[in-house]
Amino acid sequence: MRDAVARVLGRLLGRLPVGWLQLTHNRGRLAAALAGVAFANILVFMQLGFLGALVGSIRVPYDNMNADILMVSSDMNTLADSSPVPRQRMFAALADPDVADATPLFVGKMDWKQPDGTIRSLDVFGIDPSAGAFRTPGLAASAPLLRLGDTALIDRRTRNVPPALFAAVDDGRPLEIETKGRTVSVVATISFGGGFSADGYLVVSDQTFLRLFPQRSAGAPSLVLVRTVAGADVDATVRRLRTVVPASDTAVRSLSDAIGRDRVFQTTQRPIGLIFGFGIVIGILVGIIIVYQVLSTDVADHLREYATFKAIGHHQRLFLGIVFEEALVLAVLGFVPGLAASLGLYAIVAAATGLPVAMTVDRVVLVLVGTIAMCMVSGAIATRRLAQADPADLF
Amino acid sequence: METTPAIEVRGLDHWFGSGEARKQALFGIDLAVEAGTLTALVGASGSGKTTLLTLIGCLRTVEAGNIRLLGTELAGAPDPVRTACRRRLGFIFQAHNLHESLTAMQNVRMGLEVHGAAAMARWEEASAHLLTLLGLADRLDYLPGKLSGGQKQRVAVARALIGNPDVVLADEPTAALDRETGLAVVDLLKRLGRTRGTTTLIVTHDPRILDRADRIVTMQDGRLVDG
Ligand SMILES: Nc1ncnc2c1ncn2[C@@H]1O[C@H](COP(=O)(O)OP(=O)(O)OP(=O)(O)O)[C@@H](O)[C@H]1O
Ligand SMILES: [Mg+2]
Repeated sequence: MRDAVARVLGRLLGRLPVGWLQLTHNRGRLAAALAGVAFANILVFMQLGFLGALVGSIRVPYDNMNADILMVSSDMNTLADSSPVPRQRMFAALADPDVADATPLFVGKMDWKQPDGTIRSLDVFGIDPSAGAFRTPGLAASAPLLRLGDTALIDRRTRNVPPALFAAVDDGRPLEIETKGRTVSVVATISFGGGFSADGYLVVSDQTFLRLFPQRSAGAPSLVLVRTVAGADVDATVRRLRTVVPASDTAVRSLSDAIGRDRVFQTTQRPIGLIFGFGIVIGILVGIIIVYQVLSTDVADHLREYATFKAIGHHQRLFLGIVFEEALVLAVLGFVPGLAASLGLYAIVAAATGLPVAMTVDRVVLVLVGTIAMCMVSGAIATRRLAQADPADLF
Repeated sequence: METTPAIEVRGLDHWFGSGEARKQALFGIDLAVEAGTLTALVGASGSGKTTLLTLIGCLRTVEAGNIRLLGTELAGAPDPVRTACRRRLGFIFQAHNLHESLTAMQNVRMGLEVHGAAAMARWEEASAHLLTLLGLADRLDYLPGKLSGGQKQRVAVARALIGNPDVVLADEPTAALDRETGLAVVDLLKRLGRTRGTTTLIVTHDPRILDRADRIVTMQDGRLVDG
C-alpha cells in the first residue's frame, strides 16, 4: 500500500515522494495528524450542516408560496419579523396589466401547550381560503375546510409531537389546540416542511387568524403575494410596481430576491447564524494549529536529513515540496474519515431533531478544497523552520 | 604530468564568531590538489581540518582568500553557483546522515536526483550496482534502522558516489567501517581516481589509509605545516 502510493506520487512529483515516506514511517504521528484533520473536518461539516439546515428552513415558507413577487414592509428582515403592509398596496398591484393575482398573507406566532405541559411553537399563516396563496401539497383539497372558521391545517413535520396525533387527524378526528383562550380545531395535515424558527407551521383562514390575533387588522396583512401572468417579465413588473407604491412603507421584491435577503439577514445578523459561522472559523483554526504542530515537528526532526540533501545539491524547493506534499497527504487522508464521520452524525442529528441536515456535493467539494487550503497554510508556516537546516553543521 | 589542480586554495583565512568571541580558525592556507589523486588531511583535534573541508565543499562562505574548485572561484560566488558546484562533489560525513524513512536504494537515489532526468533514467540499475559493489546486495530495500553502523556508512558512500562526483570530500569516514570495508572504500576511491579522474580529499588518522594516500597534508593550529 505504502509502496504503491509512493510509486504513484513519485510519478506525479517526478521525484522520490520523501514527504509521503516520512509521514507513513512514523505511524503514531500520522494517526495524530489525521485525527486532527478529521476532527477539524467534522467541526466544519457539522456547522455547515446546521447552517445549511437553517438556510433550507428559511426557504420553506417561501417555497410554499404561490407567488412571483412579494410586497413586504420596507423594514422587513424575516417573515415573522416585519411590520404589516397597508392592504391598498395589493389593489395597486392588481391594477398592473402583468399581475394575474394578488392576495394578502398574515403571519403570526403561537404557542401550543402539550398535555405534558411542554410548549411547541408554531408559525401561523392566515390565508384567503379561496385565493390559492400556497401551493403546499394537500392544501388545495383541504382549503375549503378552513372556511368553517376556527379550523386549521397543521404541518406533518412539526417537531416533538407524537405521530399518533397526526394519524388521528388524518382519520377524521380533529385535534383541538388551545391558545390564548381560544380553541382551533386542526382538521387536516399538510406537508409544509420543518423549520428552525418554530417547531411547525399552522395554516388558518384570514378570518380565524384575526380572531387568534385580535390586535391585527384585515386592512394590514403581513405581506402581499403577487402572481404575474404567464410569460411576464418578473423583474420588469417589480420595477413597475415600485413606482406605484411608496418606498417608505412598502418594498417590492421578486420571490428569489426576498429569499436571498432573508437568508443573508439570518445567517449574518442573527445570533444563530453567527454562532454557526463562528464554529466554522474555530474548526479551521483547530485544523491549522494541529497540522502546523505536526508538520513543524516533522521538519524539526528531519533538519539533519534536509541539511544533507542541501549538501548534496538539492534546492530549497525540494524541502518546500516535501512539506507541501505532506500537507496535501494529511488533507486528503484526514478528509476521508472526517467525511465518513460527518455523514454518520448528519443522520443522527436529522433523526434526533427533524432538521433537514443533509450532505450536498457542493459542500463536500468546498470542505475538501478548504481542507487542502488549510493544510497548505499550516505547511507554509512550518516551512519557516527549514532555514535552520545548515549543511555546514554536518561534518 | 602538468594539469590544472582540481582544488586550488590561496591565502585562505577563516574566522568563527563575532565581536569579543571572534576567533581565527584558518591562517593563510595555500593548497593545490591534483585531479585524480587521493590526499589525506591529518592534524590534531581543533586544527581546522573540518573547517577547510566545509569551505572547499561550498558549505561555508569564503571570507578571505580564494578557493578555485574545478575551475570555479568560490570567493564571492552566489548561491546558485555554490549549489551547482556541490552537485559535482561527493560528501561522506562522519555520521552517515541517512534518511530513516528511505530504503538503502532510495537514500542512494537522493544523490542522483540532482543530476536530472537523464541520470535518473537508470537509477535503479546504477544504485543497485554500486550498493552491490559495496557488499550490500542483499540489503537494497532495508531501512537504515535495520542496518548495522558499517552498512549505513556504506550506503552513505554509495550516495556520495552515485552521481559520479569529480571531487569526493570525506571526514573520517572509516571510523564506523570495519577494517575490510574501510579499505575496500579507499581502494574504490583510488580506482575512481585512476579511471575517472576523481579527486579525493579525506580527513583521517587511519594508518592503513595513510599508506594508500598519494599525499599527506598536515594541519596544526589552523595552518598547513607541510605537504
Ligand atoms: N561552528 C563553529 N563555531 C565556532 N567555532 C568553531 C566552529 N567550528 C569549528 N570551530 C573552531 O574552529 C577550530 C577548528 O575546528 P575544526 O572543527 O575545523 O577542527 P578539526 O581539525 O576538524 O577537529 P577534529 O579533529 O576534532 O574534528 C576549533 O578551534 C573549533 O573550536
Ligand atoms: Mg573535524
